[in-house]
Amino acid sequence: MEIKANLYYSDDHEWVRVEGDLAYIGITDYAQHHLGDIVFVELPEIGGEFAAGDTIGVIESVKAVADMHTPVSGTITAVNEALEEAPETLNKDPYGQHIAVLKMSNPDELKKLMTGEQYTAYCEQAEE
Amino acid sequence: MELRRTPLYPMHLKYDGNMIDFGGWELPVEYKATGILAEHHQVRRKAGLFDVSHMGEVDIRGEQAGAFVQELVTNDISTLKENQVCYSPMCYPDGGCVDDLLVYKHSRDHYFLVINAANTDKDFAWMQEHKIPGVTLENVSSRYAELALQGPLAEGILQSICDTDLKEINYYWFRPRVKVAGIDCLISRTGYTGEDGFELFTSPDRACDLWEAILEAGKGAVLPIGLGARDTLRFEAKMPLYGHELDKGITPLEAHLDRFVRLDKPSFIGKEALARQKEKGPERLLVEFEMTGRGIPRAHYEAQKNGQNIGWVTSGGYAPTLGKNLGLALVKSEYAKPGEEIDIIIRNKPVKARTGQGLFYRRPK
Repeated sequence: MEIKANLYYSDDHEWVRVEGDLAYIGITDYAQHHLGDIVFVELPEIGGEFAAGDTIGVIESVKAVADMHTPVSGTITAVNEALEEAPETLNKDPYGQHIAVLKMSNPDELKKLMTGEQYTAYCEQAEE
Repeated sequence: MELRRTPLYPMHLKYDGNMIDFGGWELPVEYKATGILAEHHQVRRKAGLFDVSHMGEVDIRGEQAGAFVQELVTNDISTLKENQVCYSPMCYPDGGCVDDLLVYKHSRDHYFLVINAANTDKDFAWMQEHKIPGVTLENVSSRYAELALQGPLAEGILQSICDTDLKEINYYWFRPRVKVAGIDCLISRTGYTGEDGFELFTSPDRACDLWEAILEAGKGAVLPIGLGARDTLRFEAKMPLYGHELDKGITPLEAHLDRFVRLDKPSFIGKEALARQKEKGPERLLVEFEMTGRGIPRAHYEAQKNGQNIGWVTSGGYAPTLGKNLGLALVKSEYAKPGEEIDIIIRNKPVKARTGQGLFYRRPK
């Protein structure tokens, strides 16, 4: 299971990559692994405003339907539209494929998220 | 509650199955090295090996065995030959389904029934309740392990380790006491995938040896397949699943299984109700549909027409071989014809779908 050191992580197995006041959001390797073969992605609308923890989209695998949450509050400025045609790329490259980009309204929320090291421990515990 | 394990449990660990609770059984939904989609394609293109030991088995013996089974099921078993298999619903007096099952005829005084795992206790109780003199019933589920070898390469693989000419076993026929890698089996040419293939019943203590022998014989052509792909394969081939297309509250006529309901039989449980329904025409019918809007239909989603409820999705999902989002829905009969524009309610939003016919997978001949 791959976990990147330079990202923030949520309890729901989402990652955040920060570039200035923009947050790139995706799902972790752990998440894609547990969902199995992903066959459908529903993306949020650009301009949509969300609070941390809100559902911004849906990811469906062959067997499961999972809500996608945003770990930080903000406004959607971009989505990864390529996922609509090729949802399976989330399985192949979970950290290379963001789902949406948010302009953060409260970057302090990042402090509540886990570091790569903490997330590694979190996943190990979840597996027990 | 402690999960039950099949005799093949050690194989699921050895081959790294992703184990889940499947109706009280600890079984692999997929194997970690492959996953549902790869396993699905494996069975359509080559061959796959399934553990289906959770299925229930009942032995019915005695002078009146045939008459008893004939009364129990909706299909006509009077014309069944020795070593022949038939599929049938088994109904309540009101026409709803107790289960759907396979009837294996060993001889005129010995039938072998294969029933759904989750229904085993209920079915056996139902059978005992309707037992007639001259019949003995035995729930022999724990005495058998069941493996399914399915896919276009299944026959060749099995033939290489089998002492019987498999060409002699036609679709829905079986042979008892066949040796596979020296292991005593009952083999039928049956399955639940839409592909050619076999189901093998053997003694639990030889199940792992049989599993390994088949994987070894088919090296490079066969892989272990989990329950996830078993469901996508059966669904894509439009094979009914109890609890979805058939249920206590759904009759076989509503599920379009008319050819397995032989109203010309003198008598069977549910005949009067089903004959009435046949005459009037069912108020609900199962219909195929394909999503035309973006979304995946799932079991229990609501179906609507012009904002009005017309029924629900019984099974739905992504059909991997066809590359389409398909579903089966039980809807008011007036909408159960091809070409109807309907909506499937996905997360509180209507998404467009079109009913059809022949949308599902059929094996190329």
